[in-house]
Amino acid sequence: MALVLNEEQVMLKDSAAGFLAQNATVAHLRALRDSDNERGFSDEVWAEMVQMGWASIAIPEVYGGLGYGYTGLGLVLEQMGRNLTVSPLESSVLLAATLIGELASAEQKERLLPAIAGGEMLVSVALQEGPHHAPLSCVLSAVADGDDFVLNGTKVLVLDASAADTFIVIARNSGEAGDEKGLSAFLVDAVTSGLTIAPRSLVDSRSAGALLLKDVRVPATNMLGISGEIWEGLNRALDIANIGLAAELLGLSTEAFERTLAYLKERKQFGRVIGSFQGLQHRAAELFAELELARSIVLQALQAIDAGEKDLSLLASAAKAKLCEVAQRTTNEAIQMHGGIGMTDEHEIGFFIKRARVAQHTCGDYNYHLDRFATLSGF
Amino acid sequence: MIDLEQFRQETRAWLAQNCPESMRQPVRGFDDFYNGGRKPEIDHPDQKLWCDRMSERGWTVPHWPKEFGGGGLSKEEVKILGEEMAQIGARRALDSFGISMLGPALLHFGSEEQKKEHLPKIVRGEIRWCQGYSEPNAGSDLASLATKADDNGDHYVINGQKIWTSYADKADWIFCLVRTDNSGTKHQGISFVLFDMDQPGVTARPIKLISGSSPFCETFFDNAIADKKNLVGDEGNGWTIAKYLLTHEREMISGFGAAPKKSVGQVAVDAMGTDASGRLANSVLRQTIAQYQLDTMVFGATMARVGDEAKAGQGMGAASSIFKYYGTELNKRRNELNLAACGESALGWEGQEYRDGALSRDWLRSKGNSIEGGTSEVQLNIIAKRVLGLPDA
Repeated sequence: MALVLNEEQVMLKDSAAGFLAQNATVAHLRALRDSDNERGFSDEVWAEMVQMGWASIAIPEVYGGLGYGYTGLGLVLEQMGRNLTVSPLESSVLLAATLIGELASAEQKERLLPAIAGGEMLVSVALQEGPHHAPLSCVLSAVADGDDFVLNGTKVLVLDASAADTFIVIARNSGEAGDEKGLSAFLVDAVTSGLTIAPRSLVDSRSAGALLLKDVRVPATNMLGISGEIWEGLNRALDIANIGLAAELLGLSTEAFERTLAYLKERKQFGRVIGSFQGLQHRAAELFAELELARSIVLQALQAIDAGEKDLSLLASAAKAKLCEVAQRTTNEAIQMHGGIGMTDEHEIGFFIKRARVAQHTCGDYNYHLDRFATLSGF
Repeated sequence: MIDLEQFRQETRAWLAQNCPESMRQPVRGFDDFYNGGRKPEIDHPDQKLWCDRMSERGWTVPHWPKEFGGGGLSKEEVKILGEEMAQIGARRALDSFGISMLGPALLHFGSEEQKKEHLPKIVRGEIRWCQGYSEPNAGSDLASLATKADDNGDHYVINGQKIWTSYADKADWIFCLVRTDNSGTKHQGISFVLFDMDQPGVTARPIKLISGSSPFCETFFDNAIADKKNLVGDEGNGWTIAKYLLTHEREMISGFGAAPKKSVGQVAVDAMGTDASGRLANSVLRQTIAQYQLDTMVFGATMARVGDEAKAGQGMGAASSIFKYYGTELNKRRNELNLAACGESALGWEGQEYRDGALSRDWLRSKGNSIEGGTSEVQLNIIAKRVLGLPDA
């Protein structure tokens, strides 16, 4: 597949850029942060995004989606990254719908995917348990009891925890931390006895939260996929999620860079614009080079999903590791090159570095993915 | 499509018949390629034979028009020829600056007469060319070059000195930037001329590099003669041609950033072993290699993207401006990592046990990649000013 966007994709990208620049910008994020909105995003904006079909882009047509693929979803995520748009597109569509697509039975898909595509249901994946992404270390326990399973344990960094209607809780019903075998996935309704949703306040002002499960009882029919055998599907869903997150980080980094470049052309010291200093010019040129490279690997990875490539892991870890590196460098340089004004809450550039670190961390950071990239490369 | 399949079959059969067995062995380095010329360096008698057979069909430069001696092949046919050659491990029959640099410039800027005169000799490997650009006082600031060409009726009289002239001691002709006018800005008054190196006024003296090899020369012109019919483009318009050629050279050099056949990670695993989890024994080196391999993969994706953008008629994207800078820096990193991974065995200078210092000499040579053809710093200046629109100091 050629590494270029087709006409349809360019139109989607432009329309996403246009809508978001009007309705879901950094200023909107600031307003959300400073309001007492517990859901963390605007329901009206989300409803419009659903209406434009963004929630159904990557969902197959048989399940009420547009079947337009992940390249399309990635383009929207990139534009959301540019605007720091807050919405459940990542939690419910990129992560949850993808995982459902990998694991669920046809009957479950028919029930869940059209509801997600139509925005009637928000689903969020509960995976991480400690301070780091380590999916195989999952130990939240699931014990069979008659026709039910009883879940006990804690989850953190559950995206849109306060807004989700249903969670997909990753649990272990056999084996021990580190084993691929023994992991299972359960649908847990947000209103279930024994489940406590604890909103957490993260640096990016979004509504990731923690789940505390104490003797939470779910019927065995709530299980997604085969008991103890979900690793392959979970791994692939995480690969896709990381490629999507890389697309968001690409948009975020590009915007932070462009704003910084504009500032270099405008801010004057020593009687001239600071962008005329070679010390800054070379750093800007290097950032530009890194962003161009980053753009290529994100597009390649998105296209690989749509091409149905069997093993996405190397590409996914490459894309995520590279975008973590580039986002970190770009946002750090953005603050430094803005100087004192970049340190103020009043200026918008600070919002980019805050969101960057959370998106970098989500589903595995630079260190996680570079290590994985090396292992998959045979060393 | 049927025609292409037929072309493939015929090409395959022809190669099987005509490519000598000795030319199906991998080259050991750039020096192993046949460069042609009046005084060719022949390491193996089949080199000349292979070149003659290929050039008879124009296949030493398959994409050039037939009327100038080339193969006249379409893009698809060139690709098939390349694939079929790769299939049997056939090496390029001829490798020269005439093909990679002067040819494209002549096709673009040369007169009909100049093309007819010079291109077929390049295709046949009869004339080996060198490039006269840099001078002792005109390196990164190339446009300040001072080699003078005085008008003397039907020819120019040339005086001055060039440096870093690749293989000037082995070349037959030179394409050379000279100053024909001093009255305007430094970019004006530069002309692009071709002349024979085999004349009394030309001296080439090799420069020994830190790697021990001498690919470059100092070249002196003392009343050298260049015929005016070998002025390419208009007098005083040489800078345009020079820039065009530099872009070509940069693209060529950026190819050094491509992933090597055997990955550095594999080289390191072979040299150092792994721990129980399969990770390279030294975790610090492992991380550095991973960063390098990641950037190499991402660079490869970018080369592919820019190629696809060009094919889709979107023109060379802004990304192409980063190739020379990024590719050469990657090649330097690769060479440093080879050294780190192989340790003592990469530090040898001579002797069979060190393959005559192949690794250490490549490593030292790679340091020049980010200097030649425009330094990394000049590339960053170009990106900052032309792509990002940042103002001059």
